[in-house]
Order: sequence, then C-alpha cells, then structure tokens
Amino acid sequence: MSELTSNLMGRLTWDAIPFNEPILLWTFVAVALGGVTILGAITYFRGWGVLWREWITSIDHKKIGIMYIILGLVMLLRGFSDALMLRAQQVLSFGNSVGFLPPHHYDQIFTAHGVIMIFFVAMPLVTGLMNFVVPLQIGARDVAFPFLNNFSFWMTAFGAGLVMMSLFVGEFARTGWLAYPPLSGIAFSPDVGVDYYIWSLQIAGVGTLLSGINLIATIVKMRAPGMTLMKMPVFTWTALCTNILIVAAFPVLTAVLALLSLDRYAGTNFFTNELGGNAMMYVNLIWIWGHPEVYILILPAFGVFSEVVSTFCGKRLFGYASMVYATVVITILSYLVWLHHFFTMGSGSSVNAFFGITTMIISIPTGAKIFNWLFTMYRGRIRFEVPMLWTIGFMITFVIGGMTGVLLAVPPADFALHNSLFLVAHFHNVIIGGVLFGMMAGINYWFPKAFGYKLDPFWGKCSFWLWLSGFWFAFMPLYVLGLMGVTRRLSHFDDPSLRIWFEIAAFGAGLIALGILSLIIQLVVSYRKRESLRDTTGDPWDGRTLEWSTSSPPPAYNFAFTPVVYDNDTWADMKKRGYVRPERGFIPIHMPKNTGAGFVIAALSALGGFALIWHMWLVACVAVATMLIAVIVHTFNYKRDFHIPAGEVVRVEGIRTRMLASHV
Amino acid sequence: MSISKLVRAVSVLPAFLLAGCNMVLLHPSGFVAAQQGHLIVVSTVLMLLIVVPVIALTVIFAWRYRQSNTAATYAPDWDHSTQLELVIWAAPLLIIIALGALTWISSHTLDPYRPLRHVEASHTAPVAVKPLTIEVVALDWKWLFIYPEQGIAVVNEVAAPVDVPVNFKITASSVMNSFFVPALAGQIYAMPGMQTQLNAVINKPGDYEGFSANYSGAGFSGMHFKFRGMSPSDFHQWVQSAKTARRELNSESYMQLEKPSEREPVRRYSLVDTGLYDAILSQCVTPCPN
Repeated sequence: MSELTSNLMGRLTWDAIPFNEPILLWTFVAVALGGVTILGAITYFRGWGVLWREWITSIDHKKIGIMYIILGLVMLLRGFSDALMLRAQQVLSFGNSVGFLPPHHYDQIFTAHGVIMIFFVAMPLVTGLMNFVVPLQIGARDVAFPFLNNFSFWMTAFGAGLVMMSLFVGEFARTGWLAYPPLSGIAFSPDVGVDYYIWSLQIAGVGTLLSGINLIATIVKMRAPGMTLMKMPVFTWTALCTNILIVAAFPVLTAVLALLSLDRYAGTNFFTNELGGNAMMYVNLIWIWGHPEVYILILPAFGVFSEVVSTFCGKRLFGYASMVYATVVITILSYLVWLHHFFTMGSGSSVNAFFGITTMIISIPTGAKIFNWLFTMYRGRIRFEVPMLWTIGFMITFVIGGMTGVLLAVPPADFALHNSLFLVAHFHNVIIGGVLFGMMAGINYWFPKAFGYKLDPFWGKCSFWLWLSGFWFAFMPLYVLGLMGVTRRLSHFDDPSLRIWFEIAAFGAGLIALGILSLIIQLVVSYRKRESLRDTTGDPWDGRTLEWSTSSPPPAYNFAFTPVVYDNDTWADMKKRGYVRPERGFIPIHMPKNTGAGFVIAALSALGGFALIWHMWLVACVAVATMLIAVIVHTFNYKRDFHIPAGEVVRVEGIRTRMLASHV
Repeated sequence: MSISKLVRAVSVLPAFLLAGCNMVLLHPSGFVAAQQGHLIVVSTVLMLLIVVPVIALTVIFAWRYRQSNTAATYAPDWDHSTQLELVIWAAPLLIIIALGALTWISSHTLDPYRPLRHVEASHTAPVAVKPLTIEVVALDWKWLFIYPEQGIAVVNEVAAPVDVPVNFKITASSVMNSFFVPALAGQIYAMPGMQTQLNAVINKPGDYEGFSANYSGAGFSGMHFKFRGMSPSDFHQWVQSAKTARRELNSESYMQLEKPSEREPVRRYSLVDTGLYDAILSQCVTPCPN
C-alpha cells in the first residue's frame, strides 16, 4: 500500500505547499482569485466553446502568433515582479538589516527571473512575431506544418505553466539561470527545484525546436512566386537565420539537460566531482547553446527595426544586401564565441584571445547594421510614430550595450568584470535595449494588422519614455557598481557607500513598472477606442511589405490570390505601379483544419514532467504512455484539411471591398 | 534661468556621485589589476571613437529628417552607395583590428598562469625575489588559505608582503566559486577537482576586500575575506602570530572545517599536514578507496 502511495505521490506532500510563506501565500490568493474571476467570466459569457474552437485548437499561424505574444506578456509580469523583489532586497539589505528575502527565497527569485525572462518572455515574443508576420510577408496562407505549430505553442505554454507551478507547489532551482553543476547536481541540490528547471525547459525546448523546423520549411518552401532569397523582407531573413540557429542550438540544450537529468535521476557521473565527471563539460555545452540563444533573440529584433525604419522614414532600406550578409555572418559567428562566457576558468591565453577576437568580430556586421539604419534615416521623412520611437531609443541604447559587450570580450578586462554588476548591466542593456525594445516596436507596428485597429499612441509614448528612462536609471548605476568591484547575485552588502546606486537602480525599476502599466493601459484604452483607431485600409502606416496588402485583420486564408513579387519592397512596388485589387474570379481555398491533438499531447507531457519532478513513477508512466497513444491516435486522424468555399471567399472579399470604398 | 540651474544641478549630480565612490577596478593597488584597469579605459576610449559619432548622428538625423521639416532633402529610392558601404564596414573593422591586437597581446601578457616579470610599471629589471606560494581552497562558504612554505593556514584572511609576487594555486571543495580581490588582480574560478592559478602582486600596504565572484549557494553573500598587503616585517609577524595559534590542520580538522557554515571568523592554524592541499585537489581527504 505504502509502495503504491509512493509511486502515486512520489515526494509530494502537504509540506511542499508554502502555507507559511506570506509573500507566496498572498500571491497564490491573488492568482487564484484572478483565475477564478477569469474562468467565471469565460463561463458567464459562454466563452469556452469559442476559446476551444477558435483559439486553443487553432492551427491558424496568426492566432498562434497572438497566443505566443499573450504568453510572453503575461510571463513578463511574473519575471518583472521577480526583478522588483531583487531590486528591493538589494536596497534594503545593508549592514545589520538582512532585507525581506532570506537566501533560500532570493536565490530562487534570481534564478526564476533569468529563466522566465529568456525562455518564457523573450522567446515567446520573438516566436510569436515570427509566426504572425513571416507567412504574411512571404505571401503564404499558413506555415508549412500548421498542426506542428499549434503543438509547439502548447509545449512552450505548458513549460511556462510548470515554472509557474513551482511557485506554489515545491520550489524552483537555486542555482542561477544556467544551473551549473556541481551546484545543480543531486549532491548539492537534492530538492525539486532543479527538476522543475530541467523539465520545464525540456518541454518548452521541444516546442521551440519544432517551431524552428516549421518556420525554416515555411520560409524555404512557401515564398510567393518571384520572391527570391534576395527579395525577401529583412524581417523574414532574420527569422530564417534565427530558426537555423534554433535548429542547430536547441538540441545541444536538450542533450546537456538530459545528461544532467541522468546524473540526478540515474546516478551517472557526467558532471559530478567524482568518478571522472567534469562540470566544465556542462559549462561548455550549455554555452554552445547559450550564446547562439542570444542571437536567436536579437536577430528578429534587428529584423523588426529594419522594417520599422524603412516604413517610417518612407524610404527603401539602405544597404539591403549588406544587411542580409551581416545577418548571415552573425549567424555563423555566433557559434564561435561561446568560451567568452568563461575566460575566468583558466583556459590558456591563446584560447582566450581567439574567442575574445571572434567575439569582437561580431561587432563589425552589427556595426554595419546600425549604420544601415542610420543611413535609411538619412534623407528620409521620419514619422515619429511609436514603433519609430522604440527604434531610435534602441539605436542610442544598444550601442552602449554593444560597446560594453566588446569590452567584456577582452579577456584581461573580463577577469576584472566577469560576474560583476557591470556584466549584469551589459546583458540587460542588449536584451532590454535590443530584444525588448524590438518586440515593443514590433507589437506596436503589427498590432493593427492583427486586430484591425491601431494601438493608442499617447499611452504608447508614455510606455516608451518610461521604459527608456527607467532602463537608463536602472542599469547605468549597475555599470558603476561593477567598476566598484561589486559582484552579482548577492543578497546582502556591508559597504553603505554602495547603497545610493542601488536606490537609483530601484527608482529606475519603478519607472519601468510604470512603463509596463502604461502598456496595459494602452491595450485597454485602444480596445475601448477601437472604432476611432480602426484601420480600414489594411495599410495604416503606408507599409512596404506584403502583409500590408491584405485586410486588417487578414482573412483566415491571408491572400485570396497568391501575390507575385518583383521587388524586395513588394507592397511599395505594387502601390507605385498602380496595383488593382482583384474583385472577382475567386476559387475555393484549401486550408488545414483545427485539431485539439496539440493541446492534449502537450498537456500530457506536462503531466509527465510534473510526475517526474516529484518522482511519481506510476503517474509518469501512465502520462507518457497516454501521450504516446494520443500521438498514435492523431496519426489516424485523416480529417486534416478542408476547402473554404468560393462563396465564402467572395463574401469576405466583398466586405473588404466595401470597407476600402468607405475609406475613400 | 531656474531651468538652466536645474539642468546644471542634474548634470553635476552624476559627477558628484562618481567622485564619491571608489571605483576599485580603475584605481587598484596591485600591478596586475592596474594593467587590467588601464586596459578597460583604453578599450573603452577606442570604442567611443565610433560609438559617440553613431549616437550623435542618430540624434542629428532624427531631428533633421523629421516629417515636418520639408526643407530637408527627401530621397525615397536612395538605398545604395558603394563608397558609404565601404566606410560603414571598414570603420568598425579598423577599430576591431586595433582592439584585436590589443586583446592578443594583453591576453598573453596578463595571463594569470604566467609568472610575473616585474612587480611595478616603473621596474624594468626582472623580479629577483622568489614568489610566495599560497594555496587557496573555496569551501562552503568560507576561504581556506594554506602557506606551504610557512607551514601555516588561515581561514577568511590572507596576507602577502608588498612588491613580492604571489603564486596562488586555487581549488574548491564542493561547488564552483571564483577567487577575486579586485584591488589585487582579476578573478579566477575555484573549481572542485581542478586547479587554477593566479600570479599577482600587491604594491601598497592595506586591507582589501576579497570575495567569491561566482554564486555558490545559500551562504554565498557572506563569503568575504580580507586580503592584507603588508610590509615584509609586518608579514613576518603575521606569520609568527599564526604559528602561536597551536591549532593543527589535518584531515580530521579539515573535514570539520569543510562542513557548510557561514560568515566564519578568521581562524589560524599553526601546523598543516603536508599533502593536505593535494588531497583536497584530488577529492581524497578521507581515505580514498585507492
């Protein structure tokens, strides 16, 4: 009997629920109340059917893209709450005061902050934008493997769900976001934290990898006729390179986490101190994934800036070819730099110098990109709409982050700056100033395409200025503290002269909080004012690429007729040549059909992950077996596609014709 | 008037703050750290050559080509210029060639494993003194320093005579840490089962902050130690005071010491088992199954 219980419940007991932690308990109460309210509202408005049919089971790349972005924004709230707690702790915990977070909590929070911001904020935002925009930019009706796309999303979402669950059931890793062994090994982290880390990343990683394969196939095989590689929009180029990086890098992460799981579950010794294990092997492998990962995040942001700059300057992008080559060069070089993350582990000076110099070389194509945006602005007619503001904010902020990055690539300088708050300032400088600003530009830019109305510019500008100034206040002090020799991940300080800098940083974090609040207000206000912000033309910004040739939001089939491409600014070229939209001759359109299989399989794999975390062996076996059965059943589902009848296409296109006429 | 005063006050504030803080990396007290600090400054200035113009041009172009300025030239189809493209690739390339050369040379001259050639910038003659060897062990969560030549060991305090090169041999008992005294020299990881090295010298007497620069678990924040630069006679006395401690560091007392603990006071050992450090390094302090 007790054996059955232990196989069913594993090490999960009531002690795992943090009843005695007031912060967590109140968070849980708030989350539970919020959750019940939302679930109640969905039930009250009879939303379950719609939610299941139109969203959860949807294989429409546009809806999946939107769901990715919603996931990213929701997780941003969690990751940012962590950041506020870290900032508050570092302000309060001086001298005799120990602040409000004991190391047991504090260490979980900085680990969760890093993991969530990279895997469950930045990645979903980037993947969401690529999902939404790429098929539209290349004139395709969906991605190459629509079901796989839905499945990928749900794997990512359930991975995020597991991380969230660690907040209320058990605890999260206390190892830092890359979980270096031996600290993350079973000897020094025997509890469930690292297992939550491993399984949430493994599950989300499958989703990311499959989504990468999907988008590569889409871009390579499904471009509209005439769109040669050198006529692809730059965002699609960056998406292609990013997904190549994903496909090449994520299997390494999967493998290294699998080895770490073997050490923890099966008693192997890949990364232990004994029996020939070598922790540095883990450090090498995780950074062979980890460094390309940061380019996976930044390249699509570069793509967004390229689109935005060209649109809002009313000008062709300067140096399209050099932009493309720069992207490709960065893609290749990103594999040759991983060792710069651990110059301080005693590699020889020639090895260090080699990796330092390859790192610096990346700044050459990156610099060329910055100049290309600069010369796109030169002799343009710049409209300072919200996406353009984010772009200019990026150009000014990012060059500082790039400069400090190159400085850290000089090995002897890194000996002094490694792991310091200077480093923390550097990577927030490039990830906030680069990736996040890019995603904000992209969301403001493509929102009208996704929902049919623009985002309110006033609150958008508030959000931008608060984020920009908040960023500078929050991270410039960390550069200074780094030069004062302050290292990262400390939860207590003795030297009172450091305090003022932490106070300034906390003030900056407060400004960023207001920036996030403005973003939420912007979404609400825009929804309420949607009639006056309505985009009837499908081309609210005088855009230059194909997505702006369809209606806003685009019909399920994106394009009634597949466009033919003659120029890399296809839509600008079509407008210039007096393109006339066809109004008859519509034929039925072949489309993929929705399916719940992706959601079910992902849910089962999350259940399997949860069971493995808690050593519930019986549950794990059942979950994995059920998952395999679900996969097999799905392969027998032959109702994969359908035709949108010509009459329906005529009706939808008729609405668009009337809308366009009402606008003129 | 009042606005310009405010602007001036705001612009002075950062300078005032910076003047008040001790940027130890840029004003260290050891020759190695001084060279590293110098390298940080030189590299930054080199890069500012390109960063400052980019920021300035961004602001200038954004202002000049704003939509409302219809007097500015508008060239919607101008998207290529071979000369300009050459410049925008060549300018960063040149900076990186300079910085790359600097990197190659400094990576070798400031290699932490390389014995010091001189102990001060003004010295041109090679070092005549024999380097002092200190064995460093990062424990959960304190530092153990063993002086094999003096036969003493100290927890959470380390001293060295000024202008004498020190050769640190570094390892750890359980998890990864990083041995860092910002005023002395850059850091190097302390890793279990592995040995790293650091060659450095302190040039000014004084007490300096040392700590672990790599997160190592719950007691990490308290993993401080004092690095004390001393005149040779003071150092001699410091060694003698350890000798009077009458406490022995052997495998048993090491196993006691190795147990996780936080914010340990300074503790001195007058006798140290020879071979203890090697045993720690090979993870074999308790009798090994061969």
